[in-house]
Amino acid sequence: MRPFRSRRIPAGLLAPALVAAALSLAPVAYLAVRAAEGGPRAFADVLARARTAELAVRSLGLAATVTAACAVVGISLAWLVIRTDLPGRRVFGVLAALPLAVPSYVAAYTWVAAFPAISGFWGSALVLTLCTYPLVYLPVAAALRRMDPAMEEVALSLGRSRASVVLRQLRPAAAAGSLLVAMYALAEFGAVSIMRFDVFTTQIYTSYRAGFNRTPAAVLGLLLVLVTFLIVLAEARSRGRAAYALGGSTPRRASVVRLGPARTPALAWAAAVAVPAVGFPLGSIAFWLVEGSSRGVAAAELGAAVGATLGVSAAGALVTGALAVPVGIIAARHGSRTARFVEQAAYVGHALPGIVIALSLVFFAVRYAYPLYQRWPLLVLAYAVLFLPAAVGAVRASVLQSPPVLEEVARSLGRSPLGAIRQVTLPLALPGVLAGTALVFLTAMKELPATLLLRPTGLDTLATQLWTETGSGSYGAAAPYAALLMLLAAVPGFLLGMREVR
Amino acid sequence: MTGLTVSEITKAFDGPPVLRGASLTVAEGDLTAVLGPSGCGKTTLLRVVAGFEHADSGSVRLGEWEVTGLPPEKRRVGIVPQEAALFPHLSVARNVGFGLARGGAERVAECLELVGLGGYGPRMPYELSGGQQQRVALARALAPRPRVVLLDEPFNALDRSLRGTVRDDVRAALKRAGATAVLVTHDQEEALSMADRVAVMRDGLIVQEGTPASVYEDPLDLGVATFVGEAVVLEAVSVQGMVSCALGRLAQRANGVAGRGTVALRPEQLVLSASGSPGVVERVEFFGHDAAVTVALDDGVVVRARTRAGAPHRQGDRVGVSVEGAVLFYPSAG
Repeated sequence: MRPFRSRRIPAGLLAPALVAAALSLAPVAYLAVRAAEGGPRAFADVLARARTAELAVRSLGLAATVTAACAVVGISLAWLVIRTDLPGRRVFGVLAALPLAVPSYVAAYTWVAAFPAISGFWGSALVLTLCTYPLVYLPVAAALRRMDPAMEEVALSLGRSRASVVLRQLRPAAAAGSLLVAMYALAEFGAVSIMRFDVFTTQIYTSYRAGFNRTPAAVLGLLLVLVTFLIVLAEARSRGRAAYALGGSTPRRASVVRLGPARTPALAWAAAVAVPAVGFPLGSIAFWLVEGSSRGVAAAELGAAVGATLGVSAAGALVTGALAVPVGIIAARHGSRTARFVEQAAYVGHALPGIVIALSLVFFAVRYAYPLYQRWPLLVLAYAVLFLPAAVGAVRASVLQSPPVLEEVARSLGRSPLGAIRQVTLPLALPGVLAGTALVFLTAMKELPATLLLRPTGLDTLATQLWTETGSGSYGAAAPYAALLMLLAAVPGFLLGMREVR
Repeated sequence: MTGLTVSEITKAFDGPPVLRGASLTVAEGDLTAVLGPSGCGKTTLLRVVAGFEHADSGSVRLGEWEVTGLPPEKRRVGIVPQEAALFPHLSVARNVGFGLARGGAERVAECLELVGLGGYGPRMPYELSGGQQQRVALARALAPRPRVVLLDEPFNALDRSLRGTVRDDVRAALKRAGATAVLVTHDQEEALSMADRVAVMRDGLIVQEGTPASVYEDPLDLGVATFVGEAVVLEAVSVQGMVSCALGRLAQRANGVAGRGTVALRPEQLVLSASGSPGVVERVEFFGHDAAVTVALDDGVVVRARTRAGAPHRQGDRVGVSVEGAVLFYPSAG
């Protein structure tokens, strides 16, 4: 039967989905409005400052360095793990994905606490590389697994090197991963701020905190959005039109490359990544926990932070989950222009730095909704904008798994379009909806920049406490927060692992 | 009284029309099979009747009730989809009761009884075999007493060995319920054996409609003849009710046409004996209940005959081929 792609979206679905879309687009739109208010002069002022050029150089320099380093680390590790006889390659394969679970500011804290002299550009670059290289490693490893070994054999038989064809085939995966790294590095706030390295995001925060005139912050924010957008565009352009996945047949299992005498250096390289990326943060936190406990931890403060974190994150997750349901259903079931608009609007939060979204919401609240300013609903909305993409993805995937013919049967048995969704599609998609909401909950608990800007006065989450304590050099006091955050970060990975084992 | 009247339905998605004025009438209580090759538009026709697609023009009536513009939930049309499509999160009883108002427990039990699954109510769909799921899907469609039940190739997903019995069960349940039903299928055997009437569909049109026997015996044209049942097709010339072809001069079934054209013979009309047109047995295919014997006639034409399984033909044997009964003749186009 032809896939059921109904043209008309039921109003009961479209209305909340449009709200979600509007909410997602509002921050950038309002930022533009707010920045434009200063007129061209304000723009010119900010742009003409030597400081702005310096910031741009620092931000882009950091992003470029981290991206290049991640490409080298990610591709080399993926090749070693998937295609060679590297000893213990399974273990290295698991270890290589783990750093993704370490919040970058927690990693930054562990390094600064151990080597205070590391702060600055190289410290930031080191921490971000160690935290984000899995974004390159994972897609490249997947591509290597899928690659047809016949192509390598053809290259060898034609007198070309193995690398010539392998690298060419890996380009789309490596480029997509590198794009994510670059966007991550540009949007990063916590780690660079702990490393005391001034970039766009930290400058936005400072100028927002410091000045009565907040227009420069808005202009800087808009500039950051623009740079991010240009990078996305450049990546899409460079992808070109070559087709990489040819044919539908499952390729043969690739032959394993024997490392021979290169085994020892290869092993050293894999260890040289795994130890600082996974072992060091864990060891450092353990050390400071022991060190700090001798001085006594403020249990009340810790408890309050845990409570506050759970509270705002749960509220954020519920709102995000509720908004994601209509958007996800529309994305899965409808193909109209409206449907595409709603889906793409919901993904905007993916590309926006948290600090920019927070800034825009602050501006909006100060001007139009002052009672909301520095109250938790605003923070919850920021979480919704930031994490809607993840939740929508989960809902969409689970709705796609329930066949549309079930909705048709329900319609023929007397249900309205909305009734069919409520009684058939939603119950079937519920596990996915819950998983998406849980994922948002766990991610929101680790969120730093938006929480820092939007939290109600006096409310501290685990993330903001860690940031504050690290800022004042109390590494021992920060340790329990770091440990709890690491624990939280491990939960999704653990659950995903459980699911795969089953 | 008519159960379902479909008039002059046209429908195009982006591209050439899928339905080009399809019309179909089903008498109340009848089971009509819409038979056609894949891509002929039969599933689209079904979806138009159910209300999942809106026709570009034409009308659908249930009895005297015009439902053309109504959404599916207002039509009282039951559907049995290809792969049963039971709601996986609901028990069998709640699946069957889905279209009923609250407290329809009695009707649920009645409908399960009707399809021979009394007592299966508390089970979950995944605990049932494919054939049982298909019968539950039928009970679910019948429960709210629809005006017409639509079955979309409902036996496709079943094992060949299971298909026969499930077909019988489904037909029996439909008859007991007195339901008006339309079965869409590309399987001519299924259509001929199950349905009260067969509607042959081609290129978005119903080209012939009648009882299974009449459609088989008197196909409208060569296309229908070869699609509905096997046919041996030979070049021929018809003069005054007699057809001359490689198998001799044969009596023509009266259809008032003559000249150059094609003759279509059913394989069971060919008889192998010592007399008739001479040839050599090329191949014998044994099917159990019968066998197909391919004979190369001396003048080069190759024909395939159906014989009883025990017939003593071997590859290389010389045989004669003669024809029993009147034959179908169709003039060449143009």
